[in-house]
Amino acid sequence: MPGIEDLYREIILDHYRTPRNRGELPPPAVYSEGNNPLCGDDIRIYLDVADGVVRDVKFSGQGCSISQSSTSMMTVAIKGKTVAEVQAFVRRFKHMMTLADNDEPVDEAINLGDIEALQGVVKFPVRIKCATLGWNTLLEALAEAIK
Amino acid sequence: MVGANTAFDAAVIRRDFPVLAQQIDGKPLVYLDSANTSQKPNIVIDTMAKFMRESYAPINRSAYTLAANATELYESARNSVAKFINANNSREIVFTKNATEALNLIAFSWGRANLQRGDVVLLTHMEHHANIVPWQMLQQERGIELRWVPLTSDFQLDLSSLPTLLIGAKVFSFTSMSNVLGTINPVEKLCSAAHTAGAIAIVDACQSVPHSPTDVQAWGADFAMFSSHKMCGPSGLGVLWGREALLEAMPPFLGGGNMISEVRLDGFKCAELPAKFEAGTPAIAEVVGLGAALEFLNGVGMANIRQHEIAMSSYVLEMLTGRFGDDITIHGPRNPELRGATFSFAFRGIHPHDLSQVLDQSNVCVRAGHHCAKPLMKIIGANATARASFYLYNTTADADALADALDSASDIF
Ligand SMILES: Cc1ncc(COP(=O)(O)O)c(C=O)c1O
Repeated sequence: MPGIEDLYREIILDHYRTPRNRGELPPPAVYSEGNNPLCGDDIRIYLDVADGVVRDVKFSGQGCSISQSSTSMMTVAIKGKTVAEVQAFVRRFKHMMTLADNDEPVDEAINLGDIEALQGVVKFPVRIKCATLGWNTLLEALAEAIK
Repeated sequence: MVGANTAFDAAVIRRDFPVLAQQIDGKPLVYLDSANTSQKPNIVIDTMAKFMRESYAPINRSAYTLAANATELYESARNSVAKFINANNSREIVFTKNATEALNLIAFSWGRANLQRGDVVLLTHMEHHANIVPWQMLQQERGIELRWVPLTSDFQLDLSSLPTLLIGAKVFSFTSMSNVLGTINPVEKLCSAAHTAGAIAIVDACQSVPHSPTDVQAWGADFAMFSSHKMCGPSGLGVLWGREALLEAMPPFLGGGNMISEVRLDGFKCAELPAKFEAGTPAIAEVVGLGAALEFLNGVGMANIRQHEIAMSSYVLEMLTGRFGDDITIHGPRNPELRGATFSFAFRGIHPHDLSQVLDQSNVCVRAGHHCAKPLMKIIGANATARASFYLYNTTADADALADALDSASDIF
């Protein structure tokens, strides 16, 4: 059995205990809602995109340490990036979670920083959905924002 | 040992279950997810293997001896099921894929034949999705009205409004025991209330049939269903019981082989009960396996199992609240007589997913999530809970292992 310490790395627990960018954004910011049907977790991503740049991002909802910390770290990482950069960043993350679509090129040079700590989740396949919930929801919000 | 009957010993029964004998990383497996699905005793595994090695053949279709013998074994299991729940006769026993399919069968066969726009189907706030969604599908199709029996603060059905809710109802469909709260419902009383109002009574018996003696005639129910896999039998098999006259009057559900007595280019005639509702090749080996499971359960004694689980409930409730006090919230009745040994709980603010992950390090298997009862989860104010459920093979040592593992979870978060 893989060790639990691979899953609950300190940086993950830190973002779980003290989530960054928790809250909501008023319109014209868009939001998208994601659910993990397995466990009933839900998450909302609020996104303020202007001139092709993510100006602000916040999240709300309930979830386990993995989904909450993954989303928290994601919000920190994407703020200030262009839409194209965010999309490439998400692809890089999903690639790490072994979920990348093979047809889409992944830029291995992108540095995930703290988010690398989530790599251990791959050893616990049922938890991959927890780690990616916020990211998939972000993609939906992004699509909404650039519509 | 807990249990009123000295002949009953869960620690001995446990030895019949090979899965439970294994050690992982030198520690025993603590299986507390039987409300989800139960483990299988040797007699079920061996009977199915022997059947597939020596006797496997199609049923109802061929004249050769092998097939005739397989048919006999299959039908003998049906007789065992009829006796096990005290059905009037074995024509009232229909084998389905699982309890979910049985509920769909009722909603779409009986429901389509008997329910029109505006007709009322009464459900409760503690139903499994299997007893909600088929009715919602029928609501979309037919415009029927769904009503709900609410809960009291101590996790019982609030029966004060029952007569009002039943006014004009054609169906009252409810669970005999909540798979989340553990609450055991007063089935006889609910069936009788349904009939007084002119409604039929459908009992989702998934959580009670494996754990206590069942008498569908004493219940006064019209339909009941349960799954083989929760009662030591194989998966892929469910049972629908219905009053013969009702089943007789219903149109078929799935069409195909086995369910017809005649097919021509211009139409078909249904087979007699129960074949009418068993279209296609059934789960033959699984039915034989369920027969073995019933033999096993009868050998242990359903009343003994119920007594054991009452004793386990007392132990678990006292031990967990004694050790953890306000750090644990158990969503369910306190009185062991009014509940099964299924406990949904919240612990020290740790998310159930994280909790079950940490418990897994100690080989303690609990379910985390919404338990296919999302409306109920909303009502008790939880997105998810952890759930530990005990069965005939669980001992107080399993309960203690759960508590020890909970302690270790606090260290991480
Ligand atoms: C109360 C209740 N009803 C229905 C079901 C559905 O059973 P199955 O999944 O075997 O069809 C379950 C099983 O989880 C249950 O607990």
